[in-house]
Amino acid sequence: MHPAPSIIFFTTLSGLGFGMLAFLGLDVSAPRGWVAFVFFLIAFLLAGGGLVSSTFHLGHPERALKAFTQWRSSWLSREAWAAVVAMVLMGLYGLGLVFFDTRWTLLGVAGGIMSLATVFATSMIYTQMRTVPRWNHWSPPVLFLAYALAGGALLTGKVTPAIVLLLIAGGIQVFAWIDQERRENSSDTTMATATGLGGIGDVKAFEPPHTGSNYLTNEMVFRVGRKHAQTLKIIAVALAVGLPVILLLLPFAHIVAMVAVLSHLAGVLVQRWLFFAEARHVVGLYYGR
Amino acid sequence: MTSLPTHTEKSLGLVIDLDTCVGCHACVTACKGWNNENYGAPLADTDAYGADPVGSFLNRVHSFEVQPEAGPAQLYHFPKSCLHCADAPCVTVCPTGASYKRVEDGIVLVNESDCIGCGLCAWACPYGAREMDPSEKVMKKCTLCVDRIYNENLPEEDREPACVRTCPAGARHFGDFADPESNVSQLVADRGGIELMPEQGTAPVNRYLPPRPKDQAPEFDVLSPFLEPVAEEPQGFLGWLDKTLEKIS
Amino acid sequence: MNQPKIDTSPKVSDEVRKTTCYMCACRCGINVHMKDGEVAYIEGNRDHPVNKGVLCAKGSSGIMQHLSPARLKAPMKRVGPRGSGEFEEVSWEEALRTAVSWLKPIRETDQSKLAFFTGRDQSQSFTSFFAQSFGTPNYAAHGGFCSVNMAAAGIYTMGGAFWEFGQPDWDRTKLFMLFGVAEDHDSNPIKMGIGRMKGHGGKIIGVNPIRTGYNAVADEWVGITPGTDGLFILSLVHCLMKAGRIDLDYLARFTDAPCLVNEDPASDEFGLILTNEAGKKLVIDRRTGKPEAYDTPGVQPDLSGSYRHAGFSHRPVLHHMADKYLSDEYAPEVVAERVGISAERIRGIAAELARVAFDEAFEIEREWTDFRGDVHKTMVGRPVSFHSMRGISAHSNGFQTCRALHMLQIILGTVEVPGGFRFKPPYPKPSTIHPKPHAGVTPGKPLDGPHLGFLHGPDDLLIHEDGTPKRIDKAFSWENPMSAHGLMHMLISNAHAGDPYKIDTMMLYMANMAWNSSMNTSEVMRMLTDKDEDGEYVIPRIIYSDAYSSEMVAYADLILPDTTYLERHDCISLLDRPICEAEAAADAIRWPVVEPDRDVRGFQSVLCELGGMLDLPGFVNEDGSQKYADYADYIQNHERKPGIGPLAGYRGTGDDHGRGAPNPNQIEEYKKNGSFWISHIPEDAEFYKPWNNAYQDWAVELGLFDKPSPYLFTLWCEPLRRFQLAAEGKHRLSPPEHLKARYAETMEPLPVWYPPFSEADDGFDVHALTQRPMAMYHSWGSQNAWLRQIHGRNPLYVPTKLWEANGFEEGDWARVTSPHGEITVPVMHMAALNENTVWTWNAIGKRKGAWALEKDAPEATKGFLLNHIIHELLPAKGDGLRWANSDPITGQAAWFDLRVKIEKVAAPKESLPSHPAQKSPVGTGPDTVKRKLGT
Ligand SMILES: Nc1nc2c(c(=O)[nH]1)N[C@H]1C(S)=C(S)[C@@H](COP(=O)(O)OP(=O)(O)OC[C@H]3O[C@@H](n4cnc5c(=O)[nH]c(N)nc54)[C@H](O)[C@@H]3O)O[C@H]1N2
Ligand SMILES: Nc1nc2c(c(=O)[nH]1)N[C@H]1C(S)=C(S)[C@@H](COP(=O)(O)OP(=O)(O)OC[C@H]3O[C@@H](n4cnc5c(=O)[nH]c(N)nc54)[C@H](O)[C@@H]3O)O[C@H]1N2
Ligand code: SF4
Ligand code: SF4
Ligand code: SF4
Ligand code: SF4
Ligand code: SF4
Ligand SMILES: [Mo]
Repeated sequence: MHPAPSIIFFTTLSGLGFGMLAFLGLDVSAPRGWVAFVFFLIAFLLAGGGLVSSTFHLGHPERALKAFTQWRSSWLSREAWAAVVAMVLMGLYGLGLVFFDTRWTLLGVAGGIMSLATVFATSMIYTQMRTVPRWNHWSPPVLFLAYALAGGALLTGKVTPAIVLLLIAGGIQVFAWIDQERRENSSDTTMATATGLGGIGDVKAFEPPHTGSNYLTNEMVFRVGRKHAQTLKIIAVALAVGLPVILLLLPFAHIVAMVAVLSHLAGVLVQRWLFFAEARHVVGLYYGR
Repeated sequence: MTSLPTHTEKSLGLVIDLDTCVGCHACVTACKGWNNENYGAPLADTDAYGADPVGSFLNRVHSFEVQPEAGPAQLYHFPKSCLHCADAPCVTVCPTGASYKRVEDGIVLVNESDCIGCGLCAWACPYGAREMDPSEKVMKKCTLCVDRIYNENLPEEDREPACVRTCPAGARHFGDFADPESNVSQLVADRGGIELMPEQGTAPVNRYLPPRPKDQAPEFDVLSPFLEPVAEEPQGFLGWLDKTLEKIS
Repeated sequence: MNQPKIDTSPKVSDEVRKTTCYMCACRCGINVHMKDGEVAYIEGNRDHPVNKGVLCAKGSSGIMQHLSPARLKAPMKRVGPRGSGEFEEVSWEEALRTAVSWLKPIRETDQSKLAFFTGRDQSQSFTSFFAQSFGTPNYAAHGGFCSVNMAAAGIYTMGGAFWEFGQPDWDRTKLFMLFGVAEDHDSNPIKMGIGRMKGHGGKIIGVNPIRTGYNAVADEWVGITPGTDGLFILSLVHCLMKAGRIDLDYLARFTDAPCLVNEDPASDEFGLILTNEAGKKLVIDRRTGKPEAYDTPGVQPDLSGSYRHAGFSHRPVLHHMADKYLSDEYAPEVVAERVGISAERIRGIAAELARVAFDEAFEIEREWTDFRGDVHKTMVGRPVSFHSMRGISAHSNGFQTCRALHMLQIILGTVEVPGGFRFKPPYPKPSTIHPKPHAGVTPGKPLDGPHLGFLHGPDDLLIHEDGTPKRIDKAFSWENPMSAHGLMHMLISNAHAGDPYKIDTMMLYMANMAWNSSMNTSEVMRMLTDKDEDGEYVIPRIIYSDAYSSEMVAYADLILPDTTYLERHDCISLLDRPICEAEAAADAIRWPVVEPDRDVRGFQSVLCELGGMLDLPGFVNEDGSQKYADYADYIQNHERKPGIGPLAGYRGTGDDHGRGAPNPNQIEEYKKNGSFWISHIPEDAEFYKPWNNAYQDWAVELGLFDKPSPYLFTLWCEPLRRFQLAAEGKHRLSPPEHLKARYAETMEPLPVWYPPFSEADDGFDVHALTQRPMAMYHSWGSQNAWLRQIHGRNPLYVPTKLWEANGFEEGDWARVTSPHGEITVPVMHMAALNENTVWTWNAIGKRKGAWALEKDAPEATKGFLLNHIIHELLPAKGDGLRWANSDPITGQAAWFDLRVKIEKVAAPKESLPSHPAQKSPVGTGPDTVKRKLGT
């Protein structure tokens, strides 16, 4: 799949943002007052910025509101609702913390859950795609949630949970990579089933239907080279998990925390880039790729 | 209408004969021509005369080579447009309801004024049957020529999809798969029409007729009786000629 | 939510205008849907005899051609150096005045200084009329480099060819064998026919080194070694004759198989057929054992009777065939390796042909009377048919190979019978009633007769006393004596070399000679720009009519811009290449469904004006005024012979067909009828046409012939033998010494096979071919925004063996070298391909700056032409001479003889050779094409 920058930023930023909100909502020891204000501001900027970024991918962003209509069937629609509900709930909850020094627990819990639900809905957009064997599995939701939680812990300064969650996310990630590779290679959708010609013999794509590119080849028939992907995987884990964990183990300093956060962000961006760039859409079979 | 209808009155679609398709691309441009002027936004082409022209097309002709265990490689031309799936994943992913499957005939359409151009439906379609228009940024797909097949401004015989009407080899057939008596149902029954990617669970309506066996050695002994020599020597041939001519007259 | 309501009955258009497609030469009928006076949508005309409603990819994209940004806008005069593409627009008045100032002195002094050649147009009866009236001997259309082998072999052998002049009886044929066809002129009819055969379960055998398109759907694929079809076919003939699986009755009645060949080497007539005083061929009548003219009423030609006359012995053609083809030389085992088909397979195919032709023969109950007066109660059907085109004809052994194929059809008795191959009017027509070629020039006067035709021996050659050619292309000279269509591919190189003489003005119409229709393209571009000592161009003046900004435009001095096919009158005439079917005569027109929005004029109308300005007979009235206001006027009012004009339909008051007075409303009548006219052949005349009295009478009535002209199929080609006799010293004239051996080898009166001339070039052992893409027409298609997305560049397809041997991988490039030059091009793997053949799509590569494309268009950066490495002359052989890369008999360009070496190289920046850009006189196209009329 083509790694569209707007989608990579969207999933990364909103994942972190909603992860933070989840922590803020569920954490009994959530900060209050101006500290809370800063945390909430960052979380909203990340979550909201991610959402805004996602509209860059739309052909008609001015019609974006229509995306709320199909919550009964569409994960994108559900994600939109979840995001809005989460943000409204967390907004109210944040008001209490910042201005009234009150923690409306129920609101926080509901908001936190909705924040995680948003991340889950986002991940389900990909997971539901049977057309992308790499995604069509439980691992993307778990991964997205793990990254969101680890990022949320990291950003909200929960050092120990952050270390644990980062390591868990890293572990799931490594497993997912291996597992996804396996599922993709053992997918029962092949050029033989795509063409129905498999009964005759070995099928190989000959001429494409047109010599240039088209929407499909640009959007879905992108694939990163194997060797390149291996290097990027090492970079992704090192930045998203390795470096932050090491830094968190060091004595606390704002600057060090800052570096840990940025490193994590960069690592997740790389991971998300790979999430798309490595994914093979079955339509590629028609194009011999 | 993101949900799929549980039942459609008709199940309109195409049968494409892989034994006959010569890969001429006529259906590709006939489709472009009709749909450019009709349902929805025109099908635009960007960088039309430049280095990387990209236009939206609703039908494209691929080609594949197949190497059987014995005998020479075979080549197939493979037209592909929307298969109007019964369990169309492109419809259920659509966040806006722009994509829908018609209750009356099963045609899957995009209501362009509702489409936000998110591209999810194209991701969900395993067949590559949806293309975003590069200029209007709305999702385009085969309409099964919904504006031809019922069109009272067209003579009765022309109420069929543009691609079917134009196919010089007669490799495309249009009809109602819900009716077992229809031409398409009969063709599928007679020739063992197949679904593409059945494992994707989309239950496509369109069917492909598999090619007949190729490069089969003749089933008879090539020498007798068809090529039994009348004589071994040229002189003998002339003798045979004389005898035969006598018999004729 | 409710399902949206949509309008399923939108208005389709304001009006439908019916005319004829011209995205290629197939000439399908189209319905042009108009909205607000503009072209909105094009579909096929269901009533049309050619396409019956269907359209190909090009036809359906006609709108994009019509709106092409490459359309020329106004007449232009060259201002920069030739080839640069720098022009200045001028008025039509100035353009015509300039043309006349160049042409008039030529007409008054020596018309051979003008060479007027036309390419892909369909008005040859008109353009040749102009050329004849002008008086130049140097006129031809593009047939010489296209498929003259096919046309000439067909006409000399059977009085008609495949090409677009005949077709299988699709509904009845059960076995269809297709040789060397990718697309052909009958584009849609062949596809429809294949579809119909598939429908009734017929079997298709495709003989082609490449398995795409028609060959991909064929039930059996024979991936033959290029250039060896003749040998394969003669081996089939060998098997069939040996088994006596030949149609003796058919051979005896309808062919020259019983005609008597002089077989005495001492005779001056050695190898010629015995005739009576009236020149009629003689046969032995089985009833009397005596020789009789072949067409004597009641005569029963004997296939076996030999005859001594004037001391020389004569034996029937069939005996000579037996001597020749029963020889082991043609045994499957002997030819197998060379043709790349196993002996078993060859036998299998022969057996299949025999089985279907004879065991599945059938009869239809239709009584008919033949030219001898014999009445036949039924028509015998032999459901085997063949079709073939340039794959066998574009080789230096193509003429004889095409003849071999016709011989195969004929011995199976499957021509002009139900289930077999049938001609379309005006064919069948014997070679002897075609005109002979003419080149008699008188200053200020018309030529002494038509330029092109069929000669029957050395006496008909167009040569001077000293043996030098009269024509600039050397057609009808000793080098290529039977060059019925001329040799357009030799025009530029001969004119440049001043061999046989220099010319002053070259006028071209609709031919991209600076690019894809030339061999040796880079060199041709140089010849066109080459200057002599005085700094003048070696070819001093070039006038060109094109409708689009092609490569050739850049090389012209004066451009006469044509309209698009939707903006002009055209006439697809029985005098030319009509749209007939095997069961009907038909012709068609084009008419301006829209008026041009540019300052352009139909080229034929321009010729009417030029003819008037030059006072050409036939183009001026008695008072000296211009006779035809425009081409439409000519179409309606010109008479070739009294009562016979360009269009056969709606003559006189509208009710006469074929013959009749001119009708001032004729074009209107055509428009009312969908722009075509059709007249069906009566049922009893539908088969056996060359010999069927009912057909002959019908044809005379329609004006196709002046009198019934039945004839025999000629397996024994006497014109060839006459040239051999000349080489043997038995004729007043004699070919140059160096050609004599070649005459002996190639001009055998019975079909033979000899290796293509480029065969022996050492080390160049890979065959390199081109194929026409179904969705592109030569160079025209690239300006079409839709079609160029389908074929925007062309890889070189490489078979598995060579792919692996060279270690190619996807994205690689190769250097392809011929004895003549090299190109560097992208490669792609293909399995369904003869293991020793590489190929590419024809004419996709473009010069930068042409066709209103951006300079970095893939057509120019990745596309390529094989033409750069195909020379018009072969490398020098033992005799030190460089022979034309053509068939020695007809001069047909031997495109497919090309042999190459191929090696992997690092990818260059773009495909090589890369030529500097030409300046586009029309700019480049818009970035986005988005057009929808109405709502
Ligand atoms: N390598 C290789 N080369 C080949 C062949 C091959 O098989 N292999 N095939 C050969 C054969 S058979 C042929 S016929 C030639 C064809 O080659 P060409 O005869 O050169 O054919 P086109 O490229 O179609 O070019 C015709 C020109 O006509 C112009 N034209 C188009 N429409 C109109 C119109 O309405 N009016 C006017 N005035 N001009 C118009 C086009 O712009 C173009 O410049 O190529 C030959 N070249
Ligand atoms: N779409 C489209 N249609 C066209 C044209 C076009 O440009 N585009 N051009 C028109 C013109 S001008 C012409 S002349 C016709 C030509 O129509 P075709 O005769 O179909 O010409 P080509 O495409 O050159 O195809 C030649 C075929 O012969 C095969 N071949 C080559 N060498 C051999 C051989 O030695 N033996 C055998 N058995 N096969 C061989 C090639 O693989 C190829 O398939 O098409 C006309 N129709
Ligand atoms: S083919 Fe693709 S676009 Fe068409 S209905 Fe099926 S899933 Fe949807
Ligand atoms: S692109 Fe349009 S039709 Fe497709 S899912 Fe998005 S909104 Fe629906
Ligand atoms: S049915 Fe209509 S829209 Fe669909 S592919 Fe055919 S022509 Fe195109
Ligand atoms: S028009 Fe017919 S033959 Fe041509 S590509 Fe389409 S389906 Fe195949
Ligand atoms: S074959 Fe195609 S391009 Fe040629 S005349 Fe017919 S529709 Fe037009
Ligand atoms: Mo041609």
